[in-house]
Amino acid sequence: MSSANKPLTIAGREFRSRLFVGTGKFCSPEMMRDALAASGTEMVTVALRRADLSGKRDPFANILEFIDPQKYLILPNTSGAMNADEAVRLARLAVAAGLPKWVKLEIHPDPRYLLPDPVETFKAAEILVKEGFVVLPYINADPVLAKRLQDIGVATVMPLGSPIGSNRGIETRAQIRIIIEQATVPVVVDAGIGAPSHAAEAMELGADAVLVNTAMAVASDPCRMGTAFKMAVEAGRAAFEIGLGAQHDTASPTSPLTAFLN
Amino acid sequence: MSFVSDFNALPLGSLLKQSLSANSLQARAAMNKSDITLADFAQLISPAGSEHLEALCRRSQQLTQQRFGKVIRFFAPLYVSNECINNCSYCGFSRDNPILRVTLSIDDLQREARSLKEQGFRNILLVAGEHPKFVSNNYLADCTRALHEIVPSVSLEVGPMEVEEYRPIVEAGADGLVVYQETYDRPIYGEMHTAGPKRNFDWRLETPERAYTAGFRRLGIGALYGLADWRLEALSVAAHADYLLRNCWKAQVTISLPRLRPCAGEFQPLTHMTDRELVQLVCAFRLMFPDIGLVLSTRESAKLRDGMFPLGVTLISAGSHTEPGGYTGAGKEKIHQTVRGRIVEVGASEFATIGTAATNATGQFNIADDRSPEEIATIIRRLGYEPVWKDWDEALMTKAE
Repeated sequence: MSSANKPLTIAGREFRSRLFVGTGKFCSPEMMRDALAASGTEMVTVALRRADLSGKRDPFANILEFIDPQKYLILPNTSGAMNADEAVRLARLAVAAGLPKWVKLEIHPDPRYLLPDPVETFKAAEILVKEGFVVLPYINADPVLAKRLQDIGVATVMPLGSPIGSNRGIETRAQIRIIIEQATVPVVVDAGIGAPSHAAEAMELGADAVLVNTAMAVASDPCRMGTAFKMAVEAGRAAFEIGLGAQHDTASPTSPLTAFLN
Repeated sequence: MSFVSDFNALPLGSLLKQSLSANSLQARAAMNKSDITLADFAQLISPAGSEHLEALCRRSQQLTQQRFGKVIRFFAPLYVSNECINNCSYCGFSRDNPILRVTLSIDDLQREARSLKEQGFRNILLVAGEHPKFVSNNYLADCTRALHEIVPSVSLEVGPMEVEEYRPIVEAGADGLVVYQETYDRPIYGEMHTAGPKRNFDWRLETPERAYTAGFRRLGIGALYGLADWRLEALSVAAHADYLLRNCWKAQVTISLPRLRPCAGEFQPLTHMTDRELVQLVCAFRLMFPDIGLVLSTRESAKLRDGMFPLGVTLISAGSHTEPGGYTGAGKEKIHQTVRGRIVEVGASEFATIGTAATNATGQFNIADDRSPEEIATIIRRLGYEPVWKDWDEALMTKAE
């Protein structure tokens, strides 16, 4: 029997790593490149507002030049969009600029907590799915919204663990549990994962993948932290595939009192 | 909806008293709270709070890195006109100052913008004096459109307008509006603004709300430190920012902390804020508002800026000029003086006596950090941060085809 974790398939593409990584907040593009490599990720999301979409290779907006498209699937994200129109426009521009027809749909009109707008996200998802995009929507951990999005054909759902960049972990645990239980597409826990233990927790719960950015980018050693997340995600996934033991309220002695009856 | 009624009800006097009489323990306790109220903020900026400056800086740095990452965004001011109908005692552009004036043509403006783009800037702040004859609303919309052809992000710092007057400018592609109240102290405001529409304190105070209604999504506010007690100004700015975050919830709010610089007219600051106090204030704003943008301009010296970059600042300018045409010499041939709204040609002999370099229009104030953007970017990298030039795409604002 193989000891490797099962690969993850999204829209027909197979990923051996279940760790997705964001590219914001790093102290340099070189550091970002090295941390991506250390994390073993195969899917990397990039904010389109940071990239040059004109095709002119702008040296002052050259983040994409540090991400090898042969090695990673570049997942453009629509961060900065405040409504469906803007997100759809950004996604189309990304394709026109030669990026994959995949989009991490992020619509957060409130710049303080960056919480996703469910109404606009649903509207944009409908349009983009119809246009043939592989849509990965970032959503609050709302099981009904997750189902509605699955019904219209999104490729994954990406519920948040806690607000972006907050490092607070899986505060939406109970809701994420329901989303996973009811899911017909992969569930990627996105946002708020501040420690490898949070990532492992999400994977043990049965999430198909996690997306990490801040905790790696602002660490004093992003590469080592990338490796730490890699191991945590693998450990959490392995535990899920093996199946964790049941939890009990009381101790379960290894030398039971009734052993003499056997 | 208006901040004016909230502002009028603010217990500023008692907050200032609490701040001045705070003890070290109270200041420390405020620092360790997770949700900072205005009363806590008064403790953070207190003289006693200064004793904990090192710890305050560490907390501010940590919060900023968590929320914004290890990046610093760049912007450049582009002055398009130094014509003005106001008389503001502290401002070099005041209408009665006999300075060299010019309003750039659209071609001049694009020349300046291209020069800034070559240096890296993708985020331009268009600045103009307030003068309906030279700086009309249509002209500002045209400027915005012309700038937008060159850079993705355009903000404005211009005379306040009505909502309906702002809309064409937003449609032309502007995403941000900056308006400093200058001073939140009503009596001093009255003394400083002796003529022109800027005399109306309340109208100016409500400007960010009107801008938000018109569709601007970045709102910049601030006080000009050097006119009234800095703690009173800071408390007012904090209350204003808090109001905007609640009521203009889709906007990104930024706070600038300009200190008065020497300018034409030889105005001397009425109050003083030390470097140490400026650092304390930046960190106090960060603790109260973990998500707000904090701006540091070239008004401050190179040494101070280098020290402050990693402490909580998120948006900086570099290599700035405060005179129209300052980056390329554009518009030089049209330089004149303006007397009672009329253009007066300047003779060759007068050039030698009025201007300093006598070839460019007069700047609003002297800058203190004249290093190039490239030099500053190198320092930012050395400090362990990535200089970010582009953080916005025109697709976010431009109407679909």
